[in-house]
Amino acid sequence: MAVPEQKRIGMEVSIAVSHAVQLARAEAIAAYPITPQTHIVEHLSSVVANGELDAEFVTVESEHSAMSASIGSAATGVRTYTATSSQGLALMNEILFIASAMRLPIVMTVANRALSGPLSIWNDHSDIMAARDIGWVQIFVENGQEAFDHTIMSFKIAEDHRVLLPIAVNLDGFILSHVVEAHELLDQETVDKFLPPLVPYHKLDPAKPVTMGAFAMPELFTEVKMAHQVALNNSYGPILEIWQEWGDLTGRHYKPVETYRTEGAKTVILIMGSLAEVAETAVDAMREQGLPVGLVKLRLWRPFPFEDLRNALAGAELVIVCDRALSLGGAASPVMAEVRSTMYPLPKKPRILGYTIGLGGRDTQPEDFEKVVQHAQAEVKQGPSQEYYIYGVRG
Amino acid sequence: MSKAWDQLTWQEIEVGGVLTEPGTARNYNTGDWRSSRPVWDRDRCIKCGICWTVCPEAGISETPEGYFEMNTYCKGCGICAKECVTGCIKMVLEGS
Amino acid sequence: MEKFGFAESTKFDTYASRMMPRDEFFTSGHRSCQGCGEALAVRWVCKAIGKDAIIAHATGCMEIVSSAMPQTAWMHPWIHVAFENTSAVASGIDAALKVLERKGKLTGARPKVVAMGGDGGTSDIGLQALSGALERGTNFTYICWDNEAYMNTGIQRSSATPFGAMTTTSPPGKQSYGQRTWKKDMVAIAVAHGIPYVATASPGYLFDLYFKVKKAVETPGPAYIHVLSVCPTGWRSATDLSVRLARLATETAVFPLFEVVDGKYQLTVEPPKIRPVRDYLKPQGRFRHLRDPEVEFIQKQVMDRYKLLLEKCQAPFPEFVPVHVPEGI
Repeated sequence: MAVPEQKRIGMEVSIAVSHAVQLARAEAIAAYPITPQTHIVEHLSSVVANGELDAEFVTVESEHSAMSASIGSAATGVRTYTATSSQGLALMNEILFIASAMRLPIVMTVANRALSGPLSIWNDHSDIMAARDIGWVQIFVENGQEAFDHTIMSFKIAEDHRVLLPIAVNLDGFILSHVVEAHELLDQETVDKFLPPLVPYHKLDPAKPVTMGAFAMPELFTEVKMAHQVALNNSYGPILEIWQEWGDLTGRHYKPVETYRTEGAKTVILIMGSLAEVAETAVDAMREQGLPVGLVKLRLWRPFPFEDLRNALAGAELVIVCDRALSLGGAASPVMAEVRSTMYPLPKKPRILGYTIGLGGRDTQPEDFEKVVQHAQAEVKQGPSQEYYIYGVRG
Repeated sequence: MSKAWDQLTWQEIEVGGVLTEPGTARNYNTGDWRSSRPVWDRDRCIKCGICWTVCPEAGISETPEGYFEMNTYCKGCGICAKECVTGCIKMVLEGS
Repeated sequence: MEKFGFAESTKFDTYASRMMPRDEFFTSGHRSCQGCGEALAVRWVCKAIGKDAIIAHATGCMEIVSSAMPQTAWMHPWIHVAFENTSAVASGIDAALKVLERKGKLTGARPKVVAMGGDGGTSDIGLQALSGALERGTNFTYICWDNEAYMNTGIQRSSATPFGAMTTTSPPGKQSYGQRTWKKDMVAIAVAHGIPYVATASPGYLFDLYFKVKKAVETPGPAYIHVLSVCPTGWRSATDLSVRLARLATETAVFPLFEVVDGKYQLTVEPPKIRPVRDYLKPQGRFRHLRDPEVEFIQKQVMDRYKLLLEKCQAPFPEFVPVHVPEGI
């Protein structure tokens, strides 16, 4: 199918995300402002106020209420969107589990920001890593174009009757949200064809009354959670299918695990989010020096793409997982723990080391990745001194 | 329901745990709980329906003649007997 | 929008039990305790809101006794999410209905949105969400089932627990006479939000409750009804006294029945002679430990507050600023 002509426009990534929500014809937006998500919801407020988007913007009084109102609107059968970061994500935590257990399609942008304490408005992944088990589909994007694309695609995935799960689209706060990038936008007609109106699976309607949110006795609870687990795991198929459809439409193909110059790479860096682009620059520099280093970028975080990751890491002797969060007191930083767990069943496993970088928005340059690789290779030679390292700490 | 509720498989549970049929609590016989039951003296009953109004269980039903009597759900709380304006309802012990 | 003036008290158009609607929307088979005043109130509220309504319910007694998977006592479309957020869920439902109506996707009339929660889920953990929903002018009715403690978790005190009452977290002891503070005035809080309709109701006066609820759901914008929910289990009273106690609460002025229409207060049940508060306290085991000083304190507070209420009812101009701007303006 011919890729339609797309306009390429410089705009702040937050505005591009807001534009995606508008093109997706979201109908109910309940959100509470929190740095660095604010520009997304401010812009959505203004397009609703100007009648450019036929939706209700509910100015809830907290993020806990934002997710609660989102459940209410999704359960009533309208296309639902919200956005948050950090403390807001933490505040709505109990409701996140309920949203996915109730199998309601909600799309949420998380502008990743460090969790307090101490307070930090800057970027890392601690907020979403504290929400790993909420039972949502979780995706990480690298740049504004991906943020735009995945926001629209996520509505289609979430509302697919084979999925019916809420989706968190993670983009790095400030580093992406507040930066002007070039975006190829789509027109309304194209998006309408890709994303038809929501057909709710269950909804609150006096014509056909249902009870949602009944409680489960011990005799039933396990079975209900099993169904949830299966649903999340099985969302993998429709996700790939819809990403393929988008690729055919726009020419931009996305995969759960993407690789950069991993051919013949003995050392592989693994990372999620926007720092992948910085790491690519570092990989180029190292390759220039003749070092066999490659990069693996994890896009689909939940459901975790076990097979795709094993394939991407086949042939690596050393995997350096660059986390953007800590698991205090734990054996490994979050992503490293899951990578290790994924590789464990293999008879032949690479060495896996973890480096937590860029906490609380600390600037990370390509040279930092080169230093990490050097440090990791030295550690492997002499035997690693720690399970994982916090990179760049003074003292 | 064909299958006991505590024998349902995970595949048999509706998406999202949604209960698609309203009012299925009626399948649960709360009358098993009661230790006393209301008895109407029809000679004094004026068929006003106050007993039916004040029952928390909707445990009182109208008879074809317009009198009222307890149904299977009555928990034996005694509110109807207390509120009856003619005093025609007496609570008697179950099994007596 | 019809303006409800001072002269418009809650009018009854049906006044015989037999003529009240027979359809049960809160069915038999729910697992409430025997003699539950709250369940009785729920039964009648659900009849009053009519078939075209969507209920958002908080975690609590009524939610637990009515929704054990796979059975449900609700004939209405009903959603339970969590404890403190039922008003926020209702806001979301209201927003969705607005959009559906605008887009012509509703099959019938726009359903009423009714949020329900206990005193815990309303005046304590749920206060923020309630305040937000009221302040935003959400088109919904909020019903508070006030059984005056966190009953579902085993009778712990809430901000609605009356002065001197025994609960497991306000127990009487050598250094305590029970609940130390006076009951939080949720009606005043609701009125302070400038909403068009606020009322108290009770299963002791079921017609009054029924017609108030009908009025509330017909009022555009937010409405709040505070229902005294007699709880024999938590109040340590005889199961057959639940309606009697609710009536005594009004006859002793402990729980006066009134409504506040656009800021104007009006009693809807005016006992000709107020009975001493002891008549209400005596049948309840939760007050059994009170000595004369505490009872006298309660008596004085009750009468002082009742006098204040009567004064408010007489006031010709309500000190009231409606915050909610009706739709269509």
